[in-house]
Amino acid sequence: MRNILTLAGKEMQLYFISPIAYVVATVFLAVSDYIFYSQVQFYSGFSLQARQMQGNLPQLNIHDAVFRPTFLNMSVILLLIMPLLTMRLFAEEKKGHTSELLMTSPLSITEIVMGKFVAVLWIYFLLLVMTLHMPLILSIVTDISWKPLFASYLGLFLMGGVFLSMGLFASALTENQIIAAVISFGILIGLWLIGVSAHNTGETPLGQFANYLSMMDHLDNFVKGLIGTRDLCYFISMTVFGLFLTHRVVESQRWK
Amino acid sequence: MIEVSHLSKRYGDIVAIDDVTFSVDRGQILAFLGPNGAGKTTTMRILTCFMPATSGSATVAGYDIFESPMEIKRRIGYLPENPPVYLEMTVVEYLRFVAKIKGLSGRGIKTGLDSALEKCTLGHVSGRLIGNLSRGYRQRVGLAQALIHNPDVLILDEPTVGLDPKQIIEIRELIKALAGEHTIILSTHILPEATAVSQKVVIINRGKIVAVDSQERLSAQVRKSEKVSFRVRRKEALVPQKILAISGVHQVIPQEADKGEGAYIVESDVGRDIREDLSRTIVTNGWGLLEMKPLVLSLEEVFLELTTQEKDVEAASFSAASHQATEENQ
Repeated sequence: MRNILTLAGKEMQLYFISPIAYVVATVFLAVSDYIFYSQVQFYSGFSLQARQMQGNLPQLNIHDAVFRPTFLNMSVILLLIMPLLTMRLFAEEKKGHTSELLMTSPLSITEIVMGKFVAVLWIYFLLLVMTLHMPLILSIVTDISWKPLFASYLGLFLMGGVFLSMGLFASALTENQIIAAVISFGILIGLWLIGVSAHNTGETPLGQFANYLSMMDHLDNFVKGLIGTRDLCYFISMTVFGLFLTHRVVESQRWK
Repeated sequence: MIEVSHLSKRYGDIVAIDDVTFSVDRGQILAFLGPNGAGKTTTMRILTCFMPATSGSATVAGYDIFESPMEIKRRIGYLPENPPVYLEMTVVEYLRFVAKIKGLSGRGIKTGLDSALEKCTLGHVSGRLIGNLSRGYRQRVGLAQALIHNPDVLILDEPTVGLDPKQIIEIRELIKALAGEHTIILSTHILPEATAVSQKVVIINRGKIVAVDSQERLSAQVRKSEKVSFRVRRKEALVPQKILAISGVHQVIPQEADKGEGAYIVESDVGRDIREDLSRTIVTNGWGLLEMKPLVLSLEEVFLELTTQEKDVEAASFSAASHQATEENQ
């Protein structure tokens, strides 16, 4: 455990020394805030119209109308920027020959993998914390239901775990950071699109299976405010799977 | 301290090292000498448990490389060919990180850090980013990294490569100073470097050990004489005596041969080709010459491929010495 924290500390230090964490955070927050802003604007316009219609109010609440679309859009942005956070983790060590230091130190491969994962997960956590200004701003002018909001953030955090563990796996495969990023784009977009094709195949067993593999529906449940064991299991097992693959790849490189 | 027996490593069809056996005593410095691509790095990587061997066994500090890699990793310091440094960190940050992952804690980190900085004379650059340091300083940081947990065994892969002559001398002095307290294996492809630093030399070529010996005995063995081996049909008691009469020959060594036949190795002065005289002697005596060939020792081949001179360093050490002398005179 101590080793994991030491390694995680080193990774975090390297994130904050290099500009990458700042650039990723800036771009992510700028785009997310723009989406949030346009949702709020749409909602306020729409609720004005609804008021003029008098009594004919559609089922409108701020969570479904503002936060849900914002978070779903945010997850797509995350899909595009998270590989940029993970790509350096193993690739850079191999390129800079520092992997020889780690592999000849009394550290287990699990500790090395977990150290990196914990570090990047913490960076991601900070990124999510920084988006809390959105509900806080809205809470000044209107009532916000915090419970579904909590469920949404939990969903986003767990989904991030999957993104990061897949990215870590891609980074372990190569010593070229760009290749690592492209491979993790491929994996993540694949996991995303499999849901689209699932909707097209419909209710066949294969369609259902594809649907279960897809991240979209699982995330949507959380964002709606539902915390289900099915979705929890999905995200956690996918994360563990990614970490397991990473462990295998790092281990296998000793034998080459 | 280090026992290696019949170690082999194959990458697919390529044999990187083949049946390597040697040992190092506590406090000794052993130099791995061989041309580029001879298998030096592979052997070192196996001993550091960075990669497993295909076959054979080795123990480092009393632990088997297959059974207890963690125990070995705690007891070795390893400087790979490229110093494994994080360019974005300062020297102190980096060494503190290494101390922690090597298992030091609390006061151990502080003492390890201070002694490593002092031994490698890094005190004045301790706050600088490693990325801004020169190659020589990075190499020293790499060495400090290997020393920080005061390991029993130090494994240094080409510790002086890419350094300027003055730095090479400094690093060699440092390595010599470390012997005794630590058991050291270092690799080099420069013959004089092996002589300058180590007590024992292992010469390796194309994955095989060609010779294991002290430096003085090796060079004596290599360039003392020309050798020719020959085989004759009829073995007679007079053969050695008559051949010794040829000018330049100083030794005739009988070898095993088939029944009735005779086989010998003849040693003669360096640079003198005795084959013509030898064949004439054999033919006139009617022994029946079956075979004759000059012996080219594989050791010599290796030595020919090695860098046997390092003018710059010699010049630098000479100028350093004379500089010191003038200072002393003043």
